[in-house]
Amino acid sequence: MLEVKNLHKSFGEAHVLKGISAVFEKGKTSLVIGQSGSGKTVFLKCMLGLHIPEEGQISFDHRVFNKLKGKEKREIRKEIGMVFQGSALYDSMTVEENVMFPLKMFAHMTKEEMLTRANTVLDRVNLPNSNKKLPSELSGGMKKRVAIARAIVMNPKYLFCDEPNSGLDPQTAIVIDNLIREITREYDIVTVINSHDMNSVMEIGDKIIFLKDGEKAWEGTKEDIFRTDNEAVVNFVYSSNLYKKVREAYRKEM
Amino acid sequence: MTNFEHIGAYFLMLKEVFRKPQKWKVFWDLLFREIDDLGLKSLGITAFIAFFVGGVIAIQTALNVESPFIPRYLIGFATKRSMILEFAPTFISVILAGKVGSYITSSIGTMRVTEQIDALEIMGINSLNYLVLPKVIAVLFFYPILVILAMILGIFGGWVAGILTDLFFTEDYIMGIQLEFNPYFVKYAIIKTLVFAFVIVTISSYHGHKVEGGALEVGRASTKAVVWTSVVIILLNYFLTQMLLG
Repeated sequence: MLEVKNLHKSFGEAHVLKGISAVFEKGKTSLVIGQSGSGKTVFLKCMLGLHIPEEGQISFDHRVFNKLKGKEKREIRKEIGMVFQGSALYDSMTVEENVMFPLKMFAHMTKEEMLTRANTVLDRVNLPNSNKKLPSELSGGMKKRVAIARAIVMNPKYLFCDEPNSGLDPQTAIVIDNLIREITREYDIVTVINSHDMNSVMEIGDKIIFLKDGEKAWEGTKEDIFRTDNEAVVNFVYSSNLYKKVREAYRKEM
Repeated sequence: MTNFEHIGAYFLMLKEVFRKPQKWKVFWDLLFREIDDLGLKSLGITAFIAFFVGGVIAIQTALNVESPFIPRYLIGFATKRSMILEFAPTFISVILAGKVGSYITSSIGTMRVTEQIDALEIMGINSLNYLVLPKVIAVLFFYPILVILAMILGIFGGWVAGILTDLFFTEDYIMGIQLEFNPYFVKYAIIKTLVFAFVIVTISSYHGHKVEGGALEVGRASTKAVVWTSVVIILLNYFLTQMLLG
């Protein structure tokens, strides 16, 4: 379980996170949504330890991450997998080398064992026969799959995804969403996704947290989001005519 | 950030760079790759520049030594001294600051803006130690070799220029390069090279690692890194000369 309590973060005069608290459970895909500038990325980066919050606490299974130092912090980092918005694959490495990289750095395995593990996760993300390709030779969807494979190769307990669908066509976006949800359930991990994509919200949002101006404005499930009358959520989620009609249809059905 | 803050941040960066590598096997792999990228791939340009600079020094000295009272072997002597004391260590280092420095800043800067450095840090890898330490060791090992090669090629270039222009005889030139050979000057040149090599890699890495933004900022950081590295090399050249030869 990942627990965030009363998180505050400022950059100079700008108070970006204003006391956010949330709990992210195992085996569930939790989505953090909100407009650009609402603090989603800062929130994610604080949880990952890339930003140091001024106040509050981030606990990975009751271990307070932002109070730890050096080795203990590195131990928790080994349990974290991250899928970046732009995939963040290492340009000079092949697909196979990218996936094997965390193993090379941290696992005590022979080269054959690492290769077997890399092939297992590449098969899991449906990307066989691309081992020797460089990131520059891959499509956006394939890069995302490699990034997911790299993120899960160390059997993480926590998976973070920053807008995993950005830049993908709707069909590939759904495939990536489902892959993340399947992996979350299969590996029984805590998954936190930053997203703008309403399809993701509707498809895989076991838990949804809506941020507005650095505060948690709403929290619920994908079913709740159809029922809520929270003005900020309704304005954000149902900003397009398509989703307005979906909501109306859902409400009639209910 | 003020310049003083930059200097502070630079030394804090060095503290992170000089830590024990997290995995020696990975470190050795990276070290050999950096020797290839930063060292071997600079061989061509170094050889080319050294050869022609040596030629120019020899021709200019010959043209300026017209008095019959000045011996012709002075041309070889002047070429040798200029190449060893100044042109090989300083001139080549300034050229490498442009070539290697901009490469380092742009590659690390691109890794920063494409979140590859964040990916390293999230995994628990000290990105500065992982990316910069192999580069520092690679140049400290290889640049003295490059500079010694530049000295030899420069002196050779001077002889070729003399032969092609008929400005002096081979015997005079060889006598000049053998005259008053002082091994301390080579040591002085190598000390300078080691300091300059360190400056090239660390200043360029610093500028690359702190890039924020996109492609434009990476370009600006590369320019800034080359300018600052060149300025620091020129200043250190003065102080080192004063300290070691003064």
